[in-house]
Amino acid sequence: MLACALIFGLLSSFIYVFPHFLKEQIGFHTLRPFHVSYALLWIILGATGCVYCGLNIRFQKLFNQRAAMLQWLLWLIAFVGITYSYLIKDFGGREYWEFNPKWALPIALAWILFLFNFFSIALKIKNWPVYLWMWMTGILFFLFAFTENYLWLFPYFREHFITDMTIQWKVNGSLVGAWNQLLYGTAFFVMDRISGTKDTGKSKLAFAMYFLGLFNLMFNWGHHIYTLPTSTYIKYVGYAVSMTEWVFFIKIIYNWRSSLSDVKKHYHYFPYRFIMASDFWVFVNMGQAILMSIPALNIYTHGTHVTVAHAMGTTIGINTMIILAFCFEYLYEYKTKLSSRVLPIFFWILQGSLLLFYMSLNIAGLKKGQWQLSDPQIPFSMMMQSLQPYFILFIVAGVGILIALSIFIFVLLKNSKVFR
Amino acid sequence: MNIKPKYYFILLSLAFIVYSFSIYLKPLHLSPNSNFSITEASEGRLVWQKYNCQSCHQLYNLGGYLGPDLTNVISQPGKGKEFLKAMLNAGSKQMPVFQLSNQEINQLYEFLKSTNASGTADPRELKVNNYGMIERNEN
Repeated sequence: MLACALIFGLLSSFIYVFPHFLKEQIGFHTLRPFHVSYALLWIILGATGCVYCGLNIRFQKLFNQRAAMLQWLLWLIAFVGITYSYLIKDFGGREYWEFNPKWALPIALAWILFLFNFFSIALKIKNWPVYLWMWMTGILFFLFAFTENYLWLFPYFREHFITDMTIQWKVNGSLVGAWNQLLYGTAFFVMDRISGTKDTGKSKLAFAMYFLGLFNLMFNWGHHIYTLPTSTYIKYVGYAVSMTEWVFFIKIIYNWRSSLSDVKKHYHYFPYRFIMASDFWVFVNMGQAILMSIPALNIYTHGTHVTVAHAMGTTIGINTMIILAFCFEYLYEYKTKLSSRVLPIFFWILQGSLLLFYMSLNIAGLKKGQWQLSDPQIPFSMMMQSLQPYFILFIVAGVGILIALSIFIFVLLKNSKVFR
Repeated sequence: MNIKPKYYFILLSLAFIVYSFSIYLKPLHLSPNSNFSITEASEGRLVWQKYNCQSCHQLYNLGGYLGPDLTNVISQPGKGKEFLKAMLNAGSKQMPVFQLSNQEINQLYEFLKSTNASGTADPRELKVNNYGMIERNEN
Protein backbone atom coordinates (compact mmCIF):
# COMPACT_ATOMS: atom_id res chain seq x y z
CA MET A 1 0.00 0.00 0.00
CA LEU A 2 2.85 2.33 0.88
CA ALA A 3 4.61 1.51 -2.40
CA CYS A 4 1.39 2.24 -4.35
CA ALA A 5 0.94 5.57 -2.54
CA LEU A 6 4.53 6.55 -3.30
CA ILE A 7 4.33 5.64 -7.00
CA PHE A 8 1.06 7.51 -7.54
CA GLY A 9 2.39 10.45 -5.54
CA LEU A 10 5.42 10.69 -7.77
CA LEU A 11 3.34 10.40 -10.96
CA SER A 12 1.01 13.15 -9.68
CA SER A 13 3.91 15.43 -8.84
CA PHE A 14 5.23 15.22 -12.44
CA ILE A 15 2.12 17.10 -13.62
CA TYR A 16 3.26 20.21 -11.71
CA VAL A 17 6.29 20.39 -14.02
CA PHE A 18 5.05 18.56 -17.15
CA PRO A 19 1.41 19.69 -17.49
CA HIS A 20 0.52 17.24 -20.27
CA PHE A 21 1.97 14.20 -18.51
CA LEU A 22 -0.73 11.44 -18.62
CA LYS A 23 -3.33 14.20 -19.02
CA GLU A 24 -5.46 12.38 -21.58
CA GLN A 25 -4.82 8.84 -20.28
CA ILE A 26 -5.61 9.29 -16.61
CA GLY A 27 -5.30 12.92 -15.49
CA PHE A 28 -4.38 14.52 -12.18
CA HIS A 29 -7.98 14.23 -10.95
CA THR A 30 -7.53 10.41 -10.94
CA LEU A 31 -3.87 10.17 -9.95
CA ARG A 32 -4.30 12.27 -6.81
CA PRO A 33 -7.13 10.17 -5.33
CA PHE A 34 -5.05 7.03 -5.94
CA HIS A 35 -2.17 8.66 -4.09
CA VAL A 36 -4.09 10.07 -1.12
CA SER A 37 -6.42 7.10 -0.63
CA TYR A 38 -3.57 4.57 -0.75
CA ALA A 39 -1.56 6.75 1.65
CA LEU A 40 -4.51 6.85 4.05
CA LEU A 41 -5.07 3.11 3.70
CA TRP A 42 -1.37 2.52 4.44
CA ILE A 43 -1.57 4.54 7.64
CA ILE A 44 -4.94 3.21 8.78
CA LEU A 45 -4.14 -0.42 7.95
CA GLY A 46 -0.62 -0.02 9.33
CA ALA A 47 -2.04 1.37 12.59
CA THR A 48 -4.68 -1.37 12.73
CA GLY A 49 -1.98 -4.00 12.15
CA CYS A 50 0.16 -2.50 14.93
CA VAL A 51 -2.78 -2.60 17.38
CA TYR A 52 -3.64 -6.22 16.51
CA CYS A 53 -0.01 -7.26 16.66
CA GLY A 54 0.43 -5.48 19.99
CA LEU A 55 -2.70 -7.14 21.44
CA ASN A 56 -1.52 -10.50 20.14
CA ILE A 57 1.92 -10.13 21.76
CA ARG A 58 0.70 -8.78 25.08
CA PHE A 59 -2.60 -10.64 25.55
CA GLN A 60 -2.19 -13.71 23.34
CA LYS A 61 -4.65 -16.00 25.09
CA LEU A 62 -7.48 -13.54 24.61
CA PHE A 63 -6.92 -12.96 20.93
CA ASN A 64 -9.57 -14.04 18.37
CA GLN A 65 -7.73 -14.76 15.10
CA ARG A 66 -10.87 -15.60 13.12
CA ALA A 67 -12.54 -12.26 13.85
CA ALA A 68 -9.35 -10.44 12.88
CA MET A 69 -9.17 -12.35 9.58
CA LEU A 70 -12.77 -11.40 8.79
CA GLN A 71 -11.84 -7.77 9.33
CA TRP A 72 -8.91 -8.09 6.90
CA LEU A 73 -11.23 -9.68 4.35
CA LEU A 74 -13.54 -6.65 4.55
CA TRP A 75 -10.53 -4.36 4.08
CA LEU A 76 -9.51 -6.39 1.04
CA ILE A 77 -12.98 -5.94 -0.45
CA ALA A 78 -12.77 -2.20 0.22
CA PHE A 79 -9.31 -1.99 -1.35
CA VAL A 80 -10.39 -3.80 -4.53
CA GLY A 81 -13.57 -1.69 -4.70
CA ILE A 82 -11.72 1.61 -4.24
CA THR A 83 -9.15 0.68 -6.89
CA TYR A 84 -11.87 -0.38 -9.34
CA SER A 85 -13.81 2.80 -8.57
CA TYR A 86 -10.81 4.98 -9.44
CA LEU A 87 -9.86 2.95 -12.51
CA ILE A 88 -13.28 3.51 -14.08
CA LYS A 89 -13.36 7.11 -12.73
CA ASP A 90 -16.42 6.39 -10.63
CA PHE A 91 -15.92 9.19 -8.12
CA GLY A 92 -18.54 10.77 -5.91
CA GLY A 93 -16.91 10.99 -2.50
CA ARG A 94 -15.25 13.87 -0.67
CA GLU A 95 -11.59 14.86 -0.75
CA TYR A 96 -9.31 12.00 0.44
CA TRP A 97 -12.28 9.58 0.11
CA GLU A 98 -13.17 10.28 -3.52
CA PHE A 99 -14.31 6.75 -4.39
CA ASN A 100 -17.97 5.83 -4.83
CA PRO A 101 -19.47 6.01 -1.29
CA LYS A 102 -20.68 2.40 -1.46
CA TRP A 103 -17.06 1.27 -0.86
CA ALA A 104 -17.14 3.02 2.50
CA LEU A 105 -19.49 0.30 3.73
CA PRO A 106 -16.90 -2.51 4.02
CA ILE A 107 -14.56 -0.03 5.76
CA ALA A 108 -17.26 0.85 8.31
CA LEU A 109 -18.09 -2.84 8.85
CA ALA A 110 -14.40 -3.69 9.28
CA TRP A 111 -14.12 -0.93 11.84
CA ILE A 112 -17.16 -2.17 13.79
CA LEU A 113 -15.46 -5.58 13.92
CA PHE A 114 -12.25 -3.91 15.09
CA LEU A 115 -14.16 -2.22 17.89
CA PHE A 116 -15.80 -5.49 18.84
CA ASN A 117 -12.48 -7.38 18.80
CA PHE A 118 -10.73 -4.70 20.82
CA PHE A 119 -13.35 -4.61 23.56
CA SER A 120 -13.61 -8.40 23.69
CA ILE A 121 -9.94 -8.35 24.76
CA ALA A 122 -9.61 -5.06 26.59
CA LEU A 123 -12.61 -5.46 28.88
CA LYS A 124 -10.92 -8.50 30.44
CA ILE A 125 -7.87 -6.43 31.41
CA LYS A 126 -7.71 -4.42 34.60
CA ASN A 127 -5.80 -1.19 35.15
CA TRP A 128 -5.29 -0.22 31.50
CA PRO A 129 -1.93 1.23 30.47
CA VAL A 130 -2.22 4.48 28.52
CA TYR A 131 -1.67 2.79 25.14
CA LEU A 132 -4.89 0.79 25.59
CA TRP A 133 -6.74 4.04 26.23
CA MET A 134 -5.18 5.55 23.12
CA TRP A 135 -6.08 2.54 20.99
CA MET A 136 -9.66 2.58 22.26
CA THR A 137 -9.94 6.31 21.57
CA GLY A 138 -8.53 5.90 18.07
CA ILE A 139 -10.94 3.07 17.22
CA LEU A 140 -14.03 4.77 18.69
CA PHE A 141 -13.41 8.20 17.21
CA PHE A 142 -12.43 6.91 13.80
CA LEU A 143 -15.78 5.11 13.58
CA PHE A 144 -17.63 8.22 14.74
CA ALA A 145 -15.83 10.59 12.36
CA PHE A 146 -16.00 8.14 9.45
CA THR A 147 -19.79 7.95 9.85
CA GLU A 148 -19.95 11.74 10.13
CA ASN A 149 -17.90 11.87 6.91
CA TYR A 150 -20.98 10.68 5.02
CA LEU A 151 -23.58 13.04 6.51
CA TRP A 152 -23.46 14.92 3.19
CA LEU A 153 -25.47 12.05 1.68
CA PHE A 154 -28.46 13.67 3.40
CA PRO A 155 -29.74 16.81 1.58
CA TYR A 156 -30.35 18.45 4.99
CA PHE A 157 -26.58 18.83 5.43
CA ARG A 158 -25.61 19.27 1.77
CA GLU A 159 -28.08 22.06 1.17
CA HIS A 160 -26.25 24.39 3.52
CA PHE A 161 -22.82 24.85 2.02
CA ILE A 162 -21.06 26.48 5.00
CA THR A 163 -22.35 23.96 7.56
CA ASP A 164 -21.43 21.17 5.15
CA MET A 165 -17.86 22.52 4.80
CA THR A 166 -17.64 22.96 8.59
CA ILE A 167 -18.60 19.32 9.13
CA GLN A 168 -16.23 18.18 6.37
CA TRP A 169 -13.25 19.78 8.14
CA LYS A 170 -14.45 18.70 11.56
CA VAL A 171 -14.33 15.16 10.17
CA ASN A 172 -10.89 15.57 8.60
CA GLY A 173 -9.44 16.94 11.85
CA SER A 174 -11.02 14.17 13.96
CA LEU A 175 -9.91 11.38 11.61
CA VAL A 176 -6.30 12.55 11.74
CA GLY A 177 -6.58 12.77 15.55
CA ALA A 178 -8.05 9.24 15.67
CA TRP A 179 -5.31 7.48 13.72
CA ASN A 180 -2.70 9.53 15.59
CA GLN A 181 -4.11 8.07 18.82
CA LEU A 182 -3.68 4.57 17.37
CA LEU A 183 -0.10 5.34 16.35
CA TYR A 184 0.99 7.28 19.46
CA GLY A 185 -0.37 4.35 21.49
CA THR A 186 1.77 2.08 19.32
CA ALA A 187 4.83 4.29 19.94
CA PHE A 188 4.20 3.97 23.71
CA PHE A 189 3.91 0.19 23.32
CA VAL A 190 7.20 -0.05 21.37
CA MET A 191 9.05 2.23 23.82
CA ASP A 192 7.84 0.13 26.76
CA ARG A 193 9.42 -2.89 25.13
CA ILE A 194 12.68 -1.16 24.10
CA SER A 195 13.24 0.46 27.48
CA GLY A 196 12.23 -2.74 29.27
CA THR A 197 9.92 -0.88 31.66
CA LYS A 198 6.20 -1.41 31.90
CA ASP A 199 5.35 1.56 34.10
CA THR A 200 5.83 4.50 31.74
CA GLY A 201 2.42 3.81 30.22
CA LYS A 202 0.73 4.10 33.61
CA SER A 203 2.23 7.34 34.92
CA LYS A 204 0.06 10.36 35.71
CA LEU A 205 2.00 12.40 33.18
CA ALA A 206 1.28 9.89 30.41
CA PHE A 207 -2.45 10.10 31.19
CA ALA A 208 -2.36 13.90 31.38
CA MET A 209 -0.77 14.00 27.91
CA TYR A 210 -3.33 11.48 26.62
CA PHE A 211 -6.27 13.59 27.80
CA LEU A 212 -4.75 16.73 26.35
CA GLY A 213 -4.40 14.86 23.03
CA LEU A 214 -8.00 13.71 23.25
CA PHE A 215 -9.16 17.26 24.01
CA ASN A 216 -7.34 18.45 20.87
CA LEU A 217 -8.76 15.63 18.76
CA MET A 218 -12.27 16.71 19.74
CA PHE A 219 -12.04 20.48 19.59
CA ASN A 220 -8.98 21.85 17.77
CA TRP A 221 -10.14 21.22 14.18
CA GLY A 222 -11.58 24.77 13.93
CA HIS A 223 -8.10 26.00 12.95
CA HIS A 224 -8.67 24.49 9.48
CA ILE A 225 -11.53 26.85 8.73
CA TYR A 226 -10.60 30.30 10.03
CA THR A 227 -11.36 31.81 6.61
CA LEU A 228 -14.70 30.04 6.25
CA PRO A 229 -17.66 32.29 7.21
CA THR A 230 -18.95 29.82 9.80
CA SER A 231 -19.93 30.63 13.42
CA THR A 232 -17.27 32.61 15.21
CA TYR A 233 -17.37 30.45 18.36
CA ILE A 234 -16.13 27.44 16.34
CA LYS A 235 -13.06 29.40 15.29
CA TYR A 236 -12.34 30.68 18.80
CA VAL A 237 -12.73 27.19 20.27
CA GLY A 238 -10.34 25.84 17.60
CA TYR A 239 -7.84 28.64 18.27
CA ALA A 240 -7.93 28.33 22.07
CA VAL A 241 -7.69 24.53 22.09
CA SER A 242 -4.89 24.52 19.49
CA MET A 243 -2.83 26.75 21.74
CA THR A 244 -2.84 24.05 24.45
CA GLU A 245 -0.49 22.15 22.10
CA TRP A 246 2.28 24.41 23.43
CA VAL A 247 2.26 22.08 26.45
CA PHE A 248 3.24 19.14 24.22
CA PHE A 249 5.81 21.26 22.46
CA ILE A 250 7.48 22.47 25.66
CA LYS A 251 7.43 18.93 27.04
CA ILE A 252 9.26 17.65 23.94
CA ILE A 253 12.00 20.26 24.42
CA TYR A 254 12.17 19.50 28.16
CA ASN A 255 12.53 15.77 27.45
CA TRP A 256 15.37 16.22 25.00
CA ARG A 257 18.17 16.39 27.53
CA SER A 258 17.15 13.18 29.30
CA SER A 259 16.56 11.36 26.02
CA LEU A 260 20.06 12.21 24.72
CA SER A 261 21.70 9.51 26.86
CA ASP A 262 19.08 7.02 25.66
CA VAL A 263 19.83 7.94 22.06
CA LYS A 264 23.50 7.07 22.60
CA LYS A 265 22.56 3.81 24.31
CA HIS A 266 20.08 2.56 21.69
CA TYR A 267 21.34 4.39 18.58
CA HIS A 268 22.35 1.23 16.72
CA TYR A 269 19.03 -0.42 17.38
CA PHE A 270 16.89 0.16 14.30
CA PRO A 271 13.36 0.47 15.73
CA TYR A 272 14.64 3.02 18.23
CA ARG A 273 16.09 5.07 15.40
CA PHE A 274 12.69 5.22 13.70
CA ILE A 275 11.04 6.25 16.96
CA MET A 276 13.64 9.00 17.40
CA ALA A 277 13.04 10.11 13.80
CA SER A 278 9.30 10.28 14.50
CA ASP A 279 10.06 12.35 17.63
CA PHE A 280 12.06 14.79 15.52
CA TRP A 281 9.23 15.09 13.01
CA VAL A 282 6.68 15.49 15.80
CA PHE A 283 8.75 18.42 17.05
CA VAL A 284 9.02 20.02 13.57
CA ASN A 285 5.39 19.43 12.58
CA MET A 286 3.90 20.35 15.92
CA GLY A 287 5.89 23.59 15.90
CA GLN A 288 4.57 24.31 12.44
CA ALA A 289 1.00 23.27 13.36
CA ILE A 290 0.97 25.61 16.36
CA LEU A 291 2.22 28.52 14.26
CA MET A 292 -0.35 27.74 11.54
CA SER A 293 -3.08 27.68 14.19
CA ILE A 294 -2.44 31.34 15.02
CA PRO A 295 -4.97 33.16 12.81
CA ALA A 296 -2.63 36.09 12.10
CA LEU A 297 -0.14 33.61 10.56
CA ASN A 298 -2.75 31.23 9.17
CA ILE A 299 -3.94 33.94 6.78
CA TYR A 300 -0.54 33.64 4.99
CA THR A 301 -0.36 29.85 4.87
CA HIS A 302 -3.99 28.74 4.42
CA GLY A 303 -4.62 27.10 1.04
CA THR A 304 -0.93 26.98 0.17
CA HIS A 305 1.66 24.21 -0.11
CA VAL A 306 2.64 24.93 3.51
CA THR A 307 -0.40 22.83 4.39
CA VAL A 308 0.83 20.07 2.04
CA ALA A 309 4.28 20.22 3.66
CA HIS A 310 2.64 19.77 7.05
CA ALA A 311 0.50 16.86 5.82
CA MET A 312 3.49 15.12 4.21
CA GLY A 313 5.69 15.80 7.24
CA THR A 314 3.16 14.13 9.53
CA THR A 315 2.16 11.19 7.33
CA ILE A 316 5.71 10.26 6.32
CA GLY A 317 7.74 11.72 9.17
CA ILE A 318 5.55 10.67 12.08
CA ASN A 319 3.01 8.01 11.06
CA THR A 320 5.20 6.03 8.66
CA MET A 321 8.23 6.15 11.00
CA ILE A 322 6.18 4.71 13.88
CA ILE A 323 4.77 1.90 11.70
CA LEU A 324 8.29 1.12 10.42
CA ALA A 325 9.63 1.11 13.99
CA PHE A 326 6.92 -1.37 14.93
CA CYS A 327 7.64 -3.56 11.86
CA PHE A 328 11.39 -3.63 12.59
CA GLU A 329 10.75 -4.40 16.26
CA TYR A 330 8.23 -7.18 15.88
CA LEU A 331 8.29 -8.51 12.32
CA TYR A 332 11.91 -8.26 11.22
CA GLU A 333 14.44 -11.07 11.62
CA TYR A 334 17.90 -9.64 12.26
CA LYS A 335 20.00 -12.14 10.34
CA THR A 336 21.45 -10.74 7.15
CA LYS A 337 24.65 -8.71 7.40
CA LEU A 338 23.84 -6.82 4.21
CA SER A 339 20.79 -5.22 5.84
CA SER A 340 22.80 -3.97 8.79
CA ARG A 341 25.26 -2.20 6.47
CA VAL A 342 22.82 -0.89 3.86
CA LEU A 343 19.84 0.11 5.99
CA PRO A 344 21.49 2.97 7.94
CA ILE A 345 22.48 4.60 4.63
CA PHE A 346 18.90 4.46 3.37
CA PHE A 347 17.62 5.62 6.73
CA TRP A 348 19.57 8.85 6.30
CA ILE A 349 18.63 9.16 2.60
CA LEU A 350 15.01 8.96 3.73
CA GLN A 351 15.41 11.62 6.43
CA GLY A 352 17.41 13.94 4.15
CA SER A 353 14.99 13.58 1.25
CA LEU A 354 12.02 14.18 3.53
CA LEU A 355 13.63 17.33 4.90
CA LEU A 356 14.28 18.62 1.34
CA PHE A 357 10.73 17.67 0.35
CA TYR A 358 9.31 19.46 3.37
CA MET A 359 11.42 22.59 2.83
CA SER A 360 10.65 22.90 -0.91
CA LEU A 361 6.91 22.63 -0.26
CA ASN A 362 7.10 25.19 2.54
CA ILE A 363 8.96 27.69 0.39
CA ALA A 364 6.52 27.16 -2.52
CA GLY A 365 3.66 27.61 -0.05
CA LEU A 366 5.00 30.81 1.45
CA LYS A 367 5.51 32.23 -2.05
CA LYS A 368 1.90 31.39 -2.90
CA GLY A 369 0.79 32.96 0.38
CA GLN A 370 2.63 36.13 -0.59
CA TRP A 371 0.85 36.07 -3.97
CA GLN A 372 -2.57 35.54 -2.34
CA LEU A 373 -2.17 38.78 -0.41
CA SER A 374 -0.52 40.85 -3.15
CA ASP A 375 -2.42 43.60 -4.88
CA PRO A 376 -2.49 43.82 -7.91
CA GLN A 377 -2.17 40.09 -8.44
CA ILE A 378 -0.46 38.33 -11.36
CA PRO A 379 -2.60 35.50 -12.89
CA PHE A 380 -2.70 32.15 -11.05
CA SER A 381 -0.94 30.33 -13.92
CA MET A 382 1.97 32.80 -13.85
CA MET A 383 2.31 32.43 -10.09
CA MET A 384 2.39 28.63 -10.46
CA GLN A 385 4.99 28.96 -13.22
CA SER A 386 7.21 30.99 -10.88
CA LEU A 387 7.12 28.10 -8.37
CA GLN A 388 8.59 25.60 -10.87
CA PRO A 389 12.10 25.44 -9.29
CA TYR A 390 10.56 24.42 -5.95
CA PHE A 391 8.34 21.84 -7.64
CA ILE A 392 11.39 20.33 -9.39
CA LEU A 393 13.13 20.17 -6.01
CA PHE A 394 10.16 18.45 -4.43
CA ILE A 395 10.04 15.87 -7.25
CA VAL A 396 13.78 15.13 -6.79
CA ALA A 397 13.24 14.76 -3.03
CA GLY A 398 10.17 12.60 -3.73
CA VAL A 399 12.34 10.22 -5.80
CA GLY A 400 14.74 9.98 -2.82
CA ILE A 401 11.84 9.13 -0.48
CA LEU A 402 10.50 6.57 -2.96
CA ILE A 403 13.89 4.82 -3.31
CA ALA A 404 14.63 4.76 0.43
CA LEU A 405 11.19 3.57 1.47
CA SER A 406 11.16 0.96 -1.34
CA ILE A 407 14.37 -0.51 0.12
CA PHE A 408 12.75 -0.70 3.57
CA ILE A 409 9.63 -2.33 2.11
CA PHE A 410 11.78 -4.87 0.22
CA VAL A 411 13.99 -5.69 3.22
CA LEU A 412 10.99 -6.00 5.55
CA LEU A 413 9.12 -8.31 3.19
CA LYS A 414 12.26 -10.40 2.56
CA ASN A 415 13.13 -10.81 6.24
CA SER A 416 9.69 -10.81 7.75
CA LYS A 417 8.93 -13.41 10.43
CA VAL A 418 5.38 -13.54 9.11
CA PHE A 419 6.41 -15.18 5.84
CA ARG A 420 8.59 -17.84 7.52
CA MET B 1 -9.91 -0.13 34.01
CA ASN B 2 -9.07 2.92 36.14
CA ILE B 3 -12.07 4.76 37.53
CA LYS B 4 -10.72 8.26 37.08
CA PRO B 5 -9.66 8.10 33.41
CA LYS B 6 -13.05 6.55 32.64
CA TYR B 7 -14.91 9.53 34.07
CA TYR B 8 -12.69 12.07 32.33
CA PHE B 9 -13.22 10.21 29.09
CA ILE B 10 -17.02 10.16 29.47
CA LEU B 11 -17.10 13.85 30.40
CA LEU B 12 -15.03 14.89 27.39
CA SER B 13 -17.03 12.63 25.07
CA LEU B 14 -20.32 14.16 26.23
CA ALA B 15 -18.95 17.66 25.64
CA PHE B 16 -17.85 16.57 22.16
CA ILE B 17 -21.30 15.17 21.33
CA VAL B 18 -23.02 18.38 22.47
CA TYR B 19 -20.54 20.44 20.42
CA SER B 20 -21.13 18.22 17.36
CA PHE B 21 -24.90 18.59 17.59
CA SER B 22 -24.63 22.36 17.96
CA ILE B 23 -23.10 22.22 14.46
CA TYR B 24 -25.51 19.66 12.99
CA LEU B 25 -28.50 21.76 14.00
CA LYS B 26 -27.22 24.95 12.40
CA PRO B 27 -29.17 24.71 9.12
CA LEU B 28 -32.44 24.84 11.11
CA HIS B 29 -31.66 28.39 12.20
CA LEU B 30 -30.64 29.74 8.80
CA SER B 31 -32.89 31.63 6.45
CA PRO B 32 -32.77 30.44 2.81
CA ASN B 33 -30.90 32.57 0.31
CA SER B 34 -33.04 33.32 -2.73
CA ASN B 35 -30.07 34.10 -4.96
CA PHE B 36 -29.86 30.49 -6.19
CA SER B 37 -31.84 27.26 -6.16
CA ILE B 38 -30.90 25.37 -2.97
CA THR B 39 -31.95 22.01 -4.40
CA GLU B 40 -30.02 22.51 -7.64
CA ALA B 41 -26.98 23.80 -5.74
CA SER B 42 -27.12 20.71 -3.54
CA GLU B 43 -27.16 18.53 -6.68
CA GLY B 44 -24.32 20.66 -8.07
CA ARG B 45 -22.24 19.75 -5.03
CA LEU B 46 -22.65 16.11 -6.10
CA VAL B 47 -21.57 17.00 -9.65
CA TRP B 48 -18.49 18.71 -8.15
CA GLN B 49 -17.71 15.42 -6.37
CA LYS B 50 -18.66 13.18 -9.32
CA TYR B 51 -16.04 14.80 -11.55
CA ASN B 52 -13.64 15.21 -8.65
CA CYS B 53 -13.14 18.96 -9.17
CA GLN B 54 -11.80 19.10 -5.58
CA SER B 55 -8.59 17.27 -6.52
CA CYS B 56 -7.32 20.41 -8.33
CA HIS B 57 -9.55 23.27 -7.16
CA GLN B 58 -10.26 24.81 -3.80
CA LEU B 59 -13.30 26.30 -2.08
CA TYR B 60 -12.39 28.74 0.69
CA ASN B 61 -8.78 27.68 0.05
CA LEU B 62 -9.60 24.09 1.01
CA GLY B 63 -9.01 21.38 -1.60
CA GLY B 64 -6.42 20.71 -4.31
CA TYR B 65 -3.50 22.95 -5.23
CA LEU B 66 -3.09 22.57 -8.99
CA GLY B 67 -5.84 24.95 -10.08
CA PRO B 68 -7.26 28.22 -8.74
CA ASP B 69 -9.80 28.61 -5.93
CA LEU B 70 -13.33 28.65 -7.40
CA THR B 71 -15.39 30.00 -4.46
CA ASN B 72 -16.06 33.34 -6.12
CA VAL B 73 -15.17 32.49 -9.71
CA ILE B 74 -18.61 33.26 -11.17
CA SER B 75 -18.57 36.82 -9.84
CA GLN B 76 -15.31 37.62 -11.66
CA PRO B 77 -15.68 39.70 -14.84
CA GLY B 78 -16.33 37.49 -17.90
CA LYS B 79 -16.43 34.28 -15.86
CA GLY B 80 -20.14 33.34 -15.81
CA LYS B 81 -21.94 30.27 -17.05
CA GLU B 82 -20.54 30.45 -20.60
CA PHE B 83 -17.00 30.56 -19.24
CA LEU B 84 -17.73 27.50 -17.10
CA LYS B 85 -19.07 25.64 -20.16
CA ALA B 86 -16.07 26.64 -22.28
CA MET B 87 -13.59 25.49 -19.63
CA LEU B 88 -15.30 22.14 -19.20
CA ASN B 89 -15.57 21.53 -22.96
CA ALA B 90 -12.09 22.70 -23.95
CA GLY B 91 -9.98 22.02 -20.85
CA SER B 92 -6.75 23.90 -20.17
CA LYS B 93 -3.01 23.23 -19.80
CA GLN B 94 -3.40 20.56 -17.10
CA MET B 95 -7.17 20.20 -17.07
CA PRO B 96 -8.61 17.50 -19.34
CA VAL B 97 -11.93 17.89 -21.21
CA PHE B 98 -14.96 16.91 -19.13
CA GLN B 99 -18.16 15.65 -20.77
CA LEU B 100 -20.93 17.09 -18.59
CA SER B 101 -24.59 17.06 -19.60
CA ASN B 102 -26.44 20.38 -19.78
CA GLN B 103 -28.28 19.51 -16.59
CA GLU B 104 -24.99 18.82 -14.79
CA ILE B 105 -23.52 22.12 -16.01
CA ASN B 106 -26.61 23.96 -14.74
CA GLN B 107 -26.38 22.25 -11.37
CA LEU B 108 -22.66 22.94 -11.08
CA TYR B 109 -23.33 26.58 -11.95
CA GLU B 110 -25.99 26.81 -9.21
CA PHE B 111 -23.52 25.27 -6.77
CA LEU B 112 -20.89 27.88 -7.67
CA LYS B 113 -23.55 30.57 -7.27
CA SER B 114 -24.18 29.24 -3.76
CA THR B 115 -20.48 29.26 -2.86
CA ASN B 116 -20.17 32.80 -4.17
CA ALA B 117 -23.21 33.92 -2.17
CA SER B 118 -21.75 32.44 1.03
CA GLY B 119 -18.89 34.98 1.26
CA THR B 120 -15.45 35.81 -0.05
CA ALA B 121 -12.44 33.49 -0.12
CA ASP B 122 -10.00 36.24 -1.12
CA PRO B 123 -7.52 36.62 1.78
CA ARG B 124 -7.12 40.30 0.85
CA GLU B 125 -10.72 40.81 1.97
CA LEU B 126 -9.89 39.42 5.41
CA LYS B 127 -8.21 41.00 8.41
CA VAL B 128 -7.08 39.97 11.86
CA ASN B 129 -9.18 41.56 14.61
CA ASN B 130 -8.10 42.73 18.07
CA TYR B 131 -8.67 39.26 19.50
CA GLY B 132 -6.31 37.73 16.94
CA MET B 133 -9.10 36.14 14.89
CA ILE B 134 -9.62 36.37 11.13
CA GLU B 135 -12.72 38.29 10.07
CA ARG B 136 -14.07 39.98 6.98
CA ASN B 137 -12.62 43.40 6.19
CA GLU B 138 -15.54 45.83 6.15
CA ASN B 139 -13.52 48.73 4.69
